[in-house]
Amino acid sequence: MKNNILVIGGGPAGLEASAVLSRMGYNVILAEKEKRLGGHLAKWDRLFPDQTPAKEVLDGLLDGIKDVKCFTETDVNSINLLDRSFNAMLSNGITILADAVLLASGFDMFKAEKKEEYGYGIYEGVMTNADMEQAFREGKTFSPAPKAIGFVHCVGSRDEKAGNPACSKVCCATAVKQAIEAKELYPDANVYCFYMDLRMFGRHYEDLYLRAQKSGIRFIRGRVSEVSETAEGRLLIKAEDTLSSRPVKVTLDRLVLMAGMRPSEAGHKVGRQLNLSVEEDGFFSARDGFLSLQKSKLPGLFYAGACTGPKTLPDTLHEARSAAMEIDRYIKENFRK
Amino acid sequence: MIYEGKKKIWAEYQKEIPEDHYFYVRSCIRQSFFPASEATFLDITRNKLGKDIFETEHHTTCGGIAYHSDTIPQETVMTIIARQFALMHKYGYENYVCSCITSFGLYCETMETWREFPELQQKIAENLWKTCHLEFAKPKFLVHASDLVFKYRMQIAAKSKFKLVNKNTGEPLRVVEHIGCHYSKMFPSKGVGGAEYPYVLVGMIEAWGGQIVDYPERRHCCGFGFRQYLIKSNRGYSLSNTHKKFESMEPFKPDMIITNCPGCPYFLDRWQYVIAETEGKTYGENGHGIPVFTYEEVAGLVMGYDPWDLGLQTHQVSVEPLLDKIGIPYDPAKKYLGKNGKYLGEPQKPQCLK
Repeated sequence: MKNNILVIGGGPAGLEASAVLSRMGYNVILAEKEKRLGGHLAKWDRLFPDQTPAKEVLDGLLDGIKDVKCFTETDVNSINLLDRSFNAMLSNGITILADAVLLASGFDMFKAEKKEEYGYGIYEGVMTNADMEQAFREGKTFSPAPKAIGFVHCVGSRDEKAGNPACSKVCCATAVKQAIEAKELYPDANVYCFYMDLRMFGRHYEDLYLRAQKSGIRFIRGRVSEVSETAEGRLLIKAEDTLSSRPVKVTLDRLVLMAGMRPSEAGHKVGRQLNLSVEEDGFFSARDGFLSLQKSKLPGLFYAGACTGPKTLPDTLHEARSAAMEIDRYIKENFRK
Repeated sequence: MIYEGKKKIWAEYQKEIPEDHYFYVRSCIRQSFFPASEATFLDITRNKLGKDIFETEHHTTCGGIAYHSDTIPQETVMTIIARQFALMHKYGYENYVCSCITSFGLYCETMETWREFPELQQKIAENLWKTCHLEFAKPKFLVHASDLVFKYRMQIAAKSKFKLVNKNTGEPLRVVEHIGCHYSKMFPSKGVGGAEYPYVLVGMIEAWGGQIVDYPERRHCCGFGFRQYLIKSNRGYSLSNTHKKFESMEPFKPDMIITNCPGCPYFLDRWQYVIAETEGKTYGENGHGIPVFTYEEVAGLVMGYDPWDLGLQTHQVSVEPLLDKIGIPYDPAKKYLGKNGKYLGEPQKPQCLK
C-alpha cells in the first residue's frame, strides 16, 4: 500500500515536491487555498534574470503533478499528529491520514499600504511589483504613456519600522527586471530605481544590472521618504541620494513599490495547530540551519520553499526536491522496516 | 487621489476622546499670537455646547519651548509636567486637554518614557513630592484641544450660521490643513488619523462644508521648528521652509489655511508678509495673501462670532476677502477697536501684501 503524503500549499515548492514524491511512488494529496495552483508564480509575467515567461515554468511544474490529488480552494481546517501519522481535516470535508506532511505555505506579499508615506491605495499612480507583473501579463499599457517611472526597492524589507529587518532577497532583481521591461515598453520614459544596496547575488543577475544601466535606467542610492500628488495629478517623490549626499525630488507618473515577503498567514494557521516554532522574523524554524533545513522539529513534518524565509524560485525548487528526498528517507526508515 | 484609501487609514487611527469633563491647560504663546482662540474654545465648549472644561490659574508652562531649545534637563521638564497632571488630579479630573501642540507632544513623550522606564517615573513622583507636596497622577485620557473640537465638530456644525462655502459659486472653499509636527509625527497612534494623513482638521473642514486640498509639501514643517527660528542666524531657514510650502500649495489655489499648532499659524501668516516685501510675491487672489486660521477661529466663524471678537484683526494677512467670500458680515470701522471700544492703533500697511 502506498504511503499518503500531504502537501500543504500549491505554489512552486508544493508543486515540485509533489511531482518528485509522486514519481517516487507515493500517494500525494495537495491542498491549495487559492482557486488556482502556482502561488505567486501564477501571477507573474516574466522571471529574472533572463525574462523566462512565468507561464512556461508553471506549465512545467503542472506537468509533473498529473498523478497528484489536488484540492484547490481548500484550507486545512485542522491537523494533528497521532501516533506516527497526521490526521488532517480539509475544508472540503475530506479527512486525510498522512504519514508525512510537507508544509509549503510560501509567503504573503508585504502590504504596501502599511508604508503610508508611499501612498499605495491613496495615489492612482502608485502600484506594487505584483500589480506591475499583472499589467505586463495582461498586456495592459498605461495611457497616456508615462514620462517617468520609479521603482522603490526594499518596501517592507530591511525596515525595522515595518517590522521586518530582513532582506526579501528577490526584490532587487525583480526591480531591475521590471525597470528594463518598463523601459522597453515606454522607451521615452525616464526610469529610476531607488535602492539601498543592490543585492544582485545570483548567476546572471549582474548582467541584468549592467543591461539596465546600458538602457539608461538611473539608479539612485537612497530611500524614498514620501510621495505626494501634484496639481496635475503626477507623483512627486522625495528621496535621498546618499552617494551625492543630497535630497532629491523627482516627478513621476508611476511609482512601483517592491513589496517584500512576509510569513504566510495561512501557513501560520497550520503551524499554530501543530505548535511549530517560528523565528523572530515570523518564518518557520527548521531543525537546524545546515544539515536539516527541510525538517521541522516535529517528526514527519517537513518544510520547503519560502515558509522558512525569503527565497528565489530556483532555491525554492531545490528545496522542494530536497524535501521530497528527506520525506522518502523518513518514510523508509519509519514505515517500511 | 483615492478618497477611500484615506478613509481606510483614518479608520486605523482612531483615538478615544471622552465626551466631557476636562482639565484645560493653555499655551504659553497662543494668547499673544492669536489672543481670542483659547477664549473662543472655552466659550464654545462651555457656553455653547455645555461641557465641563475646568482651568486653573495655578498651571504653568509645560517647559516645551525650553526643552526643544535644549536649555532644560529632561527630568526638570518631567517634574513640571507631573505638577500639571497633579493639579488635574487635585481638582478631581482625569481627562487632560491642552491647547498647545508642543505640550501635547511632550506630554505623550513623557508618558511613553514613564511607561517604558518605571524607575524614572518613580523618581519624578519623588521630585514632585519634595518640590510641590503634590500627589503624582497621570491622566486617564490625554487629548489636544483640536481633538476635542474634532469630537464636537458635528455639534458645532448643527449650531453653525455659515458654511465654508463660496456664497457666489456655491462651491466648497478649498482649504489647506496644516498639522503641528508634534501632534502625531512622533506618536502616530496618538493623533486622529495618524501621521501621514491626519484627519483631525480634515474632519472639521468636511463637517463645516469645506474641501480639503492635498498638496506635495503638506507634511513639511511650517518653518517654526524651534531652533530654526529661536536662533537668529537660522531664521532664513525658517523662512525658506514656509516659502517652500507656499510655492507648493500655490497651484492648488487654496482659499484658506487651518492649523492646530501655536507656531504654525503665526509663521504661515507672518512670513507671507516677509515673502511679499522681499520678493514681491503674494499667494492669494488679487495681491492678497492666503489667510491662516486656528481651528478655534474657524469654528467661531462658522458659528457666527464677530470676526473682530475672534481676534482676526491681529493677523498679518487680511481676512476680509475670505469673509466676503463666505458672506460673513463685519464692520470695517470696528476692526481696530478693542472689546471695550478703545482704539487699538493700526499696523503700517505693507507695500506688496494687500
